[in-house]
Amino acid sequence: MPQIVLLNMPNLTLQGQHFEVAIIGAGMAGLGAGIRLALAGKNVIILERHNASGGLNSFYSIGGRKYDVGLHAMTNYMPKGTKGTPLGKILRQLRIGYDDLDLSPQNSSRIHFPGYKLVFSNDFELLESEVARAFPQQIDGFRRLAQEIQTLDAFNLSSGKVSARKAVQRHITDRTLEDMLFCPLMYYGSAEEHDMDYGQFSIMFRSIFFEGFARPFEGVRVIIRLLQSKYRDLGGIRKMKHGVKRIQTESKKATQIILDDDTILSADQIISTIGVVETLRLCDDLNETTGADNIGQLSFTETITVLDKQPAEFGWNDTIIFFNTREHFYYGRCKNSLVDPTSGVICFPNNYQYGNGRQMDEGFLRITAMANHDLWCTLDEDNYLIQKEHWYQELQDTALGLLPPIRNTFSLKEACISKDMFTPRTIRKFTGHLNGAIYGAPNKLKDGRTHLDNLYLAGTDQGFLGIVGAILSGISMANLHVLKRS
Amino acid sequence: MTEDQIKQIVIDIITEIAPDEDTSNLKNEVSLREQMDLDSMDFLDIVMELRKQHGIEVPEADYPQLASLDSCATYLTPKFNEK
Repeated sequence: MPQIVLLNMPNLTLQGQHFEVAIIGAGMAGLGAGIRLALAGKNVIILERHNASGGLNSFYSIGGRKYDVGLHAMTNYMPKGTKGTPLGKILRQLRIGYDDLDLSPQNSSRIHFPGYKLVFSNDFELLESEVARAFPQQIDGFRRLAQEIQTLDAFNLSSGKVSARKAVQRHITDRTLEDMLFCPLMYYGSAEEHDMDYGQFSIMFRSIFFEGFARPFEGVRVIIRLLQSKYRDLGGIRKMKHGVKRIQTESKKATQIILDDDTILSADQIISTIGVVETLRLCDDLNETTGADNIGQLSFTETITVLDKQPAEFGWNDTIIFFNTREHFYYGRCKNSLVDPTSGVICFPNNYQYGNGRQMDEGFLRITAMANHDLWCTLDEDNYLIQKEHWYQELQDTALGLLPPIRNTFSLKEACISKDMFTPRTIRKFTGHLNGAIYGAPNKLKDGRTHLDNLYLAGTDQGFLGIVGAILSGISMANLHVLKRS
Repeated sequence: MTEDQIKQIVIDIITEIAPDEDTSNLKNEVSLREQMDLDSMDFLDIVMELRKQHGIEVPEADYPQLASLDSCATYLTPKFNEK
């Protein structure tokens, strides 16, 4: 039989086409920017390399079961009708109804350190009373810090970088309390090791401690579906499996976009959401080593254990547990080991107040910890699977050591009906983030400007994190660089 | 078009972009921001809808002219009537 050779053929419907705006990446930021531009009647296209939308917050199916990636919780919770919050802003900007998100608030979460625990919920007073109980000497300082964060203009796009550690130490003098406050904020959004920018810290503090956690009953796909259909209804074009491999430039302007299959198209303006270094390296006036000092170093692994019971039947009612088992909390690259199990996050997606008698059919236990990208990527296939199995078990044991003792005579092993695990290798493969760095580059570009006049950045590396942050980033950059100019 | 018609056009746009706001008792002379939960992003939407629905262009330097219903009417009425 003659062999058929499939060549890379340019996409004829896109070849040579011109758009007012091209967006690279169909994650939360790309979709948010796309909706804004489509609302304004712009001729806009979103180009996505992967076959699923959502970027870092997506979902996949194995064996008929749907798994969320990224989303433990949506931060920035607000009850319906609350004014002046980031979530309210994005809903209005995208003209999406609050009820469409189907958000259910968390039960409560806790920060678990050796000898200390702090419980918090979507009611800030609980955390305040917990700090007063566990650190009575520090409560006045804690209140001063909270007051300062409340009034800080953290979304100021032109503000410089300030050490959050130093800013917090002006109010809090106990190292353990300081670390306990940093732990959730770092795990949910710091690309930087050991410290954060104070503006970032404040945004995260508000989104987690003032506002709090919620989740749509059906997970992240509710949000992705909502954004996709809004964008489509407004006439926006979205092309999946259309990765961008090159941006041609001429005297500080992007002139042409070349896709993986060699299709060439052009746009007046480009908004890239794929990361700052990842974006710069596409440009033909820069090279493969551009931005080497600004590549994220922090990658993660996550195990997902599917249970035939609800977590509550084991006696586990927390929504999320942020843990650290070292004397001093360490948030930095995991150096000589595939996984650093001494700190991380445990999450039960079942433990939200879904209401109306709604309950997920199966129980889920998710455990996240820091992992070493380079070590995972040098393993051969057999070893990769062996190490995955080993670290899966290690992390279950870590979690069992921190969770309340199992009620009844249940065992985690017997209740487990399925499991999965992703590693830095998986993250790099599906998100394209260099080093599998979920939170991107340590130095953010707050105003979204690049070395080219018509190329802008949005998303993780612009600096607003989390689902709400990423969407807000897409909206802000579309407003600032495209809509305000025309 | 009269100033009252222009005010109604602006109110209709606000109702569209901020459906949860009560626009029934807006005072003409008081700034819209003071009366409702609107921020600079929302004003961008008012401008966007004026362009889309009525072909009226408002350059960024003129955004402050849209502060209250009265100032909207003063600023926009000639623009509508020049069309």
